[in-house]
Amino acid sequence: MTVREAIEELCADYAEAIDDGQLERWPGLFTADGEYQIITRESHDAGLPIGILYCDSRAMMEDRVRALRTANIYEPHAYRHLLGRPRFAPDGDGLAVRSNFCVFRIAQDGDTVTFATGRYMDRIVSDGGALRFRSRRVIIDSRRVDILLVLPL
Amino acid sequence: MDVPVTRELASDLVWPPGGVTRVPFRVFSDPAIYAEEQRRLFRGPIWNFLCLEIELPNPGDWRLATVGDVPVVVTRDEHGTIHAMVNRCAHKGALVCLQERGNAKALTCVYHSWSYDLAGRLQSVAFRHGIRGKGGMPEDFDAAQHRLEPLRIEVFSGVVFGTFSDATVPVEDYLGATMARMIRRNLGRPHRLLGMHSQIIHNNWKLYAENVRDSYHATLLHTFYTTFKVNRLDMDGGMLLSDDGRHSISYARRGTLQQSDEYQKVHSAQYDSALAAPQLLDTWTEFDDGITHCIQTIFPTLVVQLTLNSLAVRFFTPRGIDRTELFWIYLGYQDDTEQQTRQRLMQSNLTGAAGLVSLEDGCINEFVQRGTRGSENRNAFLEMGGREVASSDGSRATETGIRGFWQGYRELMGV
Repeated sequence: MTVREAIEELCADYAEAIDDGQLERWPGLFTADGEYQIITRESHDAGLPIGILYCDSRAMMEDRVRALRTANIYEPHAYRHLLGRPRFAPDGDGLAVRSNFCVFRIAQDGDTVTFATGRYMDRIVSDGGALRFRSRRVIIDSRRVDILLVLPL
Repeated sequence: MDVPVTRELASDLVWPPGGVTRVPFRVFSDPAIYAEEQRRLFRGPIWNFLCLEIELPNPGDWRLATVGDVPVVVTRDEHGTIHAMVNRCAHKGALVCLQERGNAKALTCVYHSWSYDLAGRLQSVAFRHGIRGKGGMPEDFDAAQHRLEPLRIEVFSGVVFGTFSDATVPVEDYLGATMARMIRRNLGRPHRLLGMHSQIIHNNWKLYAENVRDSYHATLLHTFYTTFKVNRLDMDGGMLLSDDGRHSISYARRGTLQQSDEYQKVHSAQYDSALAAPQLLDTWTEFDDGITHCIQTIFPTLVVQLTLNSLAVRFFTPRGIDRTELFWIYLGYQDDTEQQTRQRLMQSNLTGAAGLVSLEDGCINEFVQRGTRGSENRNAFLEMGGREVASSDGSRATETGIRGFWQGYRELMGV
């Protein structure tokens, strides 16, 4: 596999894990100290630290998944990710990768809406023979979230 | 824009017997009531949250706001004074400021270049004297008679409030001593912006006003609160109301938890409480009063929150009868250490559109909006904790805060 193919494979696997409802697989696509943040473009551009969701580790992502499976209450829904072509460059011991996304939200009554558009700003490293996210920053274009956000983007 | 108090509503709403313990579902879906609220309530004798003073740090800064449906622009002039005006050109009524925020020496309408100073006074009118002596305004045109419609403003603990009514009492009197003290506690020190986002919830704005005053639901619906012992009703806490019942403080002291058997029966306490990443709830003591959880509501649409170390201002504004925008403005203090900012970042996971203890509120009010369709002539039942509007020291198993909201609503709406 070329570097490009390996990156695209990781990004596609990430989207599949979420869209197919295999959320337990989601934290495993990050390194143990992996960071995950969803932030609005407005806050990102202003250099503000707090976004909409932040995990400082794979363990914290596991807590998120456990909470949304057993604690949080919301109407059932699913996502469909459409991913753009990643661009990447070497960055220290890994790769800096940027790609676009569009996420549709499909409600149980069939209502399908454009839930989020934006870009991923990733740091991807080789970890135990596989590529993993050391950090994934999800910068959403809108300042607004429709209803609530419980599944990762 | 003072509204005479009469018992006549444009809609024919009659409040059911039972006073503030009953709320006709119709108030959440009737367009005539929505229109009446705009006039009597949002443009009536109340203080509306406009923005935070830290959002306008420099002379010439401006930002947009809304008072009910009315578009407003808040400015800081060259002398440092804050002003608020309706963002509507005195000429044809077009929006004057278009960007969410900006900095300018003057505010100029793009339509016909009418230009205003930062206090909203008309400075110049394009082609006032015509072109080559032809056209132009009549001789008796008086620029002083045309300005951006001003709001009265007051800044309290860094919060910019605005009102359309001359009858609105000063902010400190509007809040009352207890509410003013808690705002000073939480926002009285220099603070800074750490982040913001908003959420569109598909319900009438008053359902969120109820929801955020509802200390009864908090630990039942929001499982995470209960399980991780962030906020439970078996902690020392209470529900404080202002004398007029309109504003409230729900508070708890986490250090005083004495687990009560009643929680064994509720869904929210069944969740196994070990966190793989317990750093989420690393906290430090910020105040010596022992209060670790405090949700304060200021009538009608402002909330100040300090949950553990997560300091935030929430503001919600109607975007139509069944659509509300809820803003989350996360704050820290200017003298916070890097570590403290980091802990506020971690705890920001608790609230907001994806908040572990708040995301349910994004849908629960919509469930009421949908559940009451076709039942406009029926009423909600609000007798938890009694039928009174009064502080409930020692217990938050009460709906007194919601009753207080409706008491204020009825006074202003004349129903």
